Amino acid sequence: MTHSNGTLRGAAAPLFEIEDLHVSVEGRTILRGVNLTVRPGEVHALMGRNGSGKSTLANALMGHPKYQITRGSVRLDGEDILALKPDERAKRGLFLAFQNPIAIPGVGTGNFLRAAVKAVRGNETINAVQFRKELTERMQHLQMDPSFATRALNEGFSGGEKKRAEMLQLAMLKPRLAVLDEPDSGLDIDAVRIVSDGINTVHEQQPSMGILLITHYQRILNYVRPDTVHVMANGRIVESGGGELVQQLEAEGYDPILRRLGIEEAEEATTNGR
Amino acid sequence: MAVKAQDLTKDYKYGFSDPEKYAFKSRRGLDHEIVRQISEYKQEPEWMLQFRLRALDIFLKKPMPAWPAANLSEIDFQNIFYYVRPSENGAEKSWEDVPSYIKDTFDKLGIPEAERKFLAGVSAQYESEVVYHSIQEDLEKQGVIFLDMDSGLREYPDLVKEYFGTVIPAADNKFAALNSSVWSGGSFIYVPKNTHVEIPLQAYFRINAENMGQFERTLIIADEGARVHYIEGCTAPVYSSDSLHSAVVELIAKPGAHIRYTTIQNWSNNVYNLVTKRAVAYEDATVEWVDGNLGSKVTMKYPAVYLLGRRARAEILSVAFAGQGQLQDAGGKVIHVAPETTSTITSKSISKDGGRAAYRGLLKVAKGAEHSKAFVRCDALLLDEKSRSDTYPSIEIDEERVDIGHEATVSKVSDEQLFYLQSRGLSETEAKTMIVNGFFEAFTKELPMEYAVELNRLLALQMEGSIG
Repeated sequence: MTHSNGTLRGAAAPLFEIEDLHVSVEGRTILRGVNLTVRPGEVHALMGRNGSGKSTLANALMGHPKYQITRGSVRLDGEDILALKPDERAKRGLFLAFQNPIAIPGVGTGNFLRAAVKAVRGNETINAVQFRKELTERMQHLQMDPSFATRALNEGFSGGEKKRAEMLQLAMLKPRLAVLDEPDSGLDIDAVRIVSDGINTVHEQQPSMGILLITHYQRILNYVRPDTVHVMANGRIVESGGGELVQQLEAEGYDPILRRLGIEEAEEATTNGR
Repeated sequence: MAVKAQDLTKDYKYGFSDPEKYAFKSRRGLDHEIVRQISEYKQEPEWMLQFRLRALDIFLKKPMPAWPAANLSEIDFQNIFYYVRPSENGAEKSWEDVPSYIKDTFDKLGIPEAERKFLAGVSAQYESEVVYHSIQEDLEKQGVIFLDMDSGLREYPDLVKEYFGTVIPAADNKFAALNSSVWSGGSFIYVPKNTHVEIPLQAYFRINAENMGQFERTLIIADEGARVHYIEGCTAPVYSSDSLHSAVVELIAKPGAHIRYTTIQNWSNNVYNLVTKRAVAYEDATVEWVDGNLGSKVTMKYPAVYLLGRRARAEILSVAFAGQGQLQDAGGKVIHVAPETTSTITSKSISKDGGRAAYRGLLKVAKGAEHSKAFVRCDALLLDEKSRSDTYPSIEIDEERVDIGHEATVSKVSDEQLFYLQSRGLSETEAKTMIVNGFFEAFTKELPMEYAVELNRLLALQMEGSIG
């Protein structure tokens, strides 16, 4: 059931466990029993076609009110988090990098991050000077212009700027488990490298952080190497494996795998972005 | 009403009141005798007495306006004290001389020390009279006059007589007439030619007696090429029946002058705040109204600019926060009379817990005001389903060669915005407060820092009330 690449990490207690998760949106069932376990330090890639349920999983894990959990459990460090509000999940170390982060007009990115860091890393005492220093370093690393901190959050950001801003938040909030929903979509190869480098740096500094990386493409997985790769179809994980699965998908596409497993994706789901 | 007043005392964060200490208090009500009494007590010149009496006749004759969304007939004009004087000494010369109970009040308001030091000349209208007034030496050296209006009338009678009531005549509207008949306090400012006042001149206003009206009168004259920024901020304690605040503010910007007038209004939730503010701008002059309305039961306020000289410029930024039981009827008016004049009106309102915000504006371009440019933008943010926002834009253009723009938006705090911020560890209230602060950012960034901090604190207090 669980997927480990056989290193020592495999023996550690699970960091994050999704068990038999069923989710519906506006009365329509999207997830039909997802099972996934992430141990400390592991990187899991979740791949699948549009409409397979990847983003639904990401939003449901973070607690979006539109997504209703009809069955199953999600545990972080052994604690079931499904009854918690999104902010309480964040405070326990869950992070979601949004595929399409929304603009908050008039709220400066730097001021927002200060409030978020205070909320999430409340037990550390970070004064304004330390915060600025950390923010500046992280922004430099992501090749972001200093003016970024004073711009309104996600307002008028290009696609690439939005992705980098999400990675900046990842770096500043230091979660225990990061769900990254297509951090590579719409980026050119240089930007993919910068974003990947951002993820890897955070991971190096916090080796016990778990990552669930949702993507369509192999590209980013050349930089952020997954321990385990999962394929999602029709609201379930239908295949799991190592890096060779990525190669196979890249070479053949999803059809052969799905055909072999006898899966026909629902028409409705494939036409829907989520 | 009594039950409601108790609720207010609980809810309103600044709902304290000092024991009343007054040197002089008129009886309740309004008639010729009371107006004579006020003028006599202040030892005013005969022309001012006549001005007051004429205004009273106009007030008594004028019917209550029919258009307002508020029920103004609830105001009982005969149940108001029209004049209260707090101490014998009148205007104080220095901070040390300010009575300690008034300092206590500032303490309770939490006005930061830095802000007090920042004050160039403070004119704290406590009750109906200015009790503290000081002018920094360099202002005096510059020839800048910054006095309470009563002292201004005493010390510069000719200057006051020349301009008083010229921008807003008593007959302008019922409440301007009322103010003209019973006015007391307010600020009188004169900035000489080509003189720049580098620091904002600030004033505090408070209502502090049950059923006591507040009728301050402010007149600011910026002579040719002069520059001045005036700031007024108000908070008020709470009383058991409705209070009336009805001010008149007149600004005169001579050619090339620049006047900015900033207001943060936070009257307690039982005050009718009915204010007439108008400016005239001559050639190449600029007038900016920065007007924030957070408190009061009913506010009706539409700062106006008459662009009388070529290339004169008007900027009106009006923001309002309407919470439970509040009506914020605010906006702006610009009249383009001269050619090549420009104006911008920006209105931002937030309604919450059944509160009601309205933008009411007038943009008028007279024949001959060619090549003028005007832009009106209204944004409304609704925080829940039971709150309300209305827009009453009135645009009258009698000149063809003009450039006019108008944009209006109504939005709600979206679930997606809340979810995004909550996913970063902010509670629902913190997230909403952040969105509200962002919405008002266009206003906040125009304020001196300590005011911006105070405003964000007030907004946070308002937002906290929405939980549970």
